[in-house]
Amino acid sequence: MKRIKALDIYYRELNDSIDNEIKTDKNIMLTDVFGQRYIGRGLTQGVKIKIQGTPGNDMAVYMDGAEIEVFGNVQDGVGNTMNSGRIIVHGRCGDTLGYAMRGGEIYIEGNVGYRVGIHMKEYKKMKPLIVVGGKAGDFLGEYMAGGAIILLALDLAKDEEIVGRFCGTGIHGGKIYINGKVDKYKFGKEIEKVSLDEDDIVFLKRHIDLYSKFFKKDLSHLKIKSFSKYSAVNKNPYANMYCSNY
Amino acid sequence: MNLNFNSPLFEVIRDEKKCVKCKVCVMECSNKVHSYDEKKDVFKTDDIKCVNCHRCVVLCPTRALIIKKYPLEFRENKNWSETTIKEIYKQSQTGGVLLSSMGNPNPFPIYWDKILLNASQVTNPSIDPLREPMETKVMIGRKPEKLEFDFNGKLITKMPPQVSLTMPIMFAAMSYGAISKNAHESLARAAEELGICCNTGEGGLNKDFYKYGKNTIVQVASGRFGVHKEYLDVGVAIEIKIGQGAKPGIGGHLPGRKVGEDVSATRMIPAGCDAISPAPHHDIYSIEDLRQLIFSLKEVTHYEKPIFVKIAAVHNAAAIASGVVRAGADAIVVDGFRGGTGAAPTRVRDNVGIPIGLALASIDQKLREEGIRNQISLLVAGSIRNSADVVKAIALGADAACIGTAALIAMGCHMCRTCTTGKCNWGIATQEPDLEKRLDPDIMYKRLVNLVSAWNHEIQEMLGGMGINAIDSLRGNRLMLRGIGLNERELEILGIKYAGE
Repeated sequence: MKRIKALDIYYRELNDSIDNEIKTDKNIMLTDVFGQRYIGRGLTQGVKIKIQGTPGNDMAVYMDGAEIEVFGNVQDGVGNTMNSGRIIVHGRCGDTLGYAMRGGEIYIEGNVGYRVGIHMKEYKKMKPLIVVGGKAGDFLGEYMAGGAIILLALDLAKDEEIVGRFCGTGIHGGKIYINGKVDKYKFGKEIEKVSLDEDDIVFLKRHIDLYSKFFKKDLSHLKIKSFSKYSAVNKNPYANMYCSNY
Repeated sequence: MNLNFNSPLFEVIRDEKKCVKCKVCVMECSNKVHSYDEKKDVFKTDDIKCVNCHRCVVLCPTRALIIKKYPLEFRENKNWSETTIKEIYKQSQTGGVLLSSMGNPNPFPIYWDKILLNASQVTNPSIDPLREPMETKVMIGRKPEKLEFDFNGKLITKMPPQVSLTMPIMFAAMSYGAISKNAHESLARAAEELGICCNTGEGGLNKDFYKYGKNTIVQVASGRFGVHKEYLDVGVAIEIKIGQGAKPGIGGHLPGRKVGEDVSATRMIPAGCDAISPAPHHDIYSIEDLRQLIFSLKEVTHYEKPIFVKIAAVHNAAAIASGVVRAGADAIVVDGFRGGTGAAPTRVRDNVGIPIGLALASIDQKLREEGIRNQISLLVAGSIRNSADVVKAIALGADAACIGTAALIAMGCHMCRTCTTGKCNWGIATQEPDLEKRLDPDIMYKRLVNLVSAWNHEIQEMLGGMGINAIDSLRGNRLMLRGIGLNERELEILGIKYAGE
């Protein structure tokens, strides 16, 4: 595994040097990362990057198959328009996680910020997934068009809210699974609660298992039946909003 | 009671003496205006369905059909027009937001028609482009502050990435979904032959057209449809769509019924699902955020492609453009309020935004004042109707002009303005296979080549007439322009003198 000390390296040089290194060794360890942007942008299958420190905005933007594991917190725009691959974050995450994400998986150990999973999509076998260990801010899954978000809501204090307001506003595809009760007023009018089916249970179990494996946590106390599933009321939410004028 | 108060807009008149009952009109009309009663051996017409697209008129072998404005009129009223009254009927019946197609048709000033060009007489003689060199090539992209050469005269300044256009014209962004695959193919092939660019619009690029990548600008809009690394790599430049002239400030909805298998594969969303582009990019809430997106695109394409940012012409366009330059964009596309659209809310289309001429002049002026005009190429769109509009735009400060509606007209669009129905009889704004196949790319790409080549000849003639032999010498050369029928404030914003001055 090639180690790159990122301290005081400008993001452009850092990303260039990653490009160079992966020509010979696809396994890279970045240490002392302090806010450099776009780490892992567009990187393809086979590349594995481990990061110590705090990567900057738009980590894994347009990423196409690579795997990134971060030992620390991440900032905004992680997995922006990501196509495939896997991101594991041993820490918390800022805003707009997985914006317009098209495929791949993101696991965040702790809490996530605002506007997470906005406009996630799916197409045939490409189904993006975000698993969040903690809680999420406002606008979770806004305009969501596909894929899945799982909120495990682990270790929250009594007064902590699992999810912010306007959850699933404008949603027209995809699923959001939330562990615990959320007041109805927090959801947009385009999203509704639906019952879990067999596939959902298998899906949830698989990803809870993966979460506990990645973060070495015992989640045997989690009960699938305490999860609620939410999805779009209609995949054509605005079909009847207009009238042709000619 | 469900009363439809609407009356026909057009009347279909059939000359029975000329009609040979070939039924082409019945077969060709997707709106089902014409029908034929076998038993009685008569044709029937349902005027209210007619959109005046001229398909039946043009294809009738004996010219037996005429479409006229329907003679029924409301009692004369300068305040309550027929359009206004009928819009209220539609909204009170459906409760819907009015949705219109193509650009703002209302009688706002058209500044191109109030600007006149100069020509040389006696001194600084005019140039004949048929016999003398006349350069119309333009390079789109950020230009350096200065150029440095070594002792051998070799350029040592590293040039930022540029897009080369053989003439100052590009095809405007029109998405696959809004227009048909055959229309896209025609535009791409024409762009390749002409040495210019077409633009994917926000619906991604069909894999069949990756081969035209060197002449294709790939767009990234708020919905991020069909945006992935391969798509970004294949284009010659990348355009971030912030706004559209026809609908500044709002997003777009491609209805699920237009998302068939192929559009679905290109946009990477399930078939039948609405394709919703939110009004803002949810990762851009500031100029700094725009910079982040611009540089994410530069990073992922290794700084090899210019990044364009498209904005609608709005009140503060000049200040916004300044911010866009400082955000690191290589070109800015300004789309005026007359720009076309497959669908936009009528009220937005007809009331939001400003004329492209005024926006262009104020942006160019602002960027010059701030000393950053060289850092960006300025492209204009929004109803560029002919080559004189292009010349005037360049003299006002543009590097090149984008044509959308004019290109559609070249492919047979008859401006019936009913794109929203998806039943375009000319095979342009439709995803129905039977209609789409009416547009033959082999023929239509040639018509586009004809149109743009002809404009380029005209541009050369006008340049030569002004005694100028390169398009670069016209850019921002407002001394070549004079206003007519404009007030002092308009002249000041346009930065031009009045005719006779």
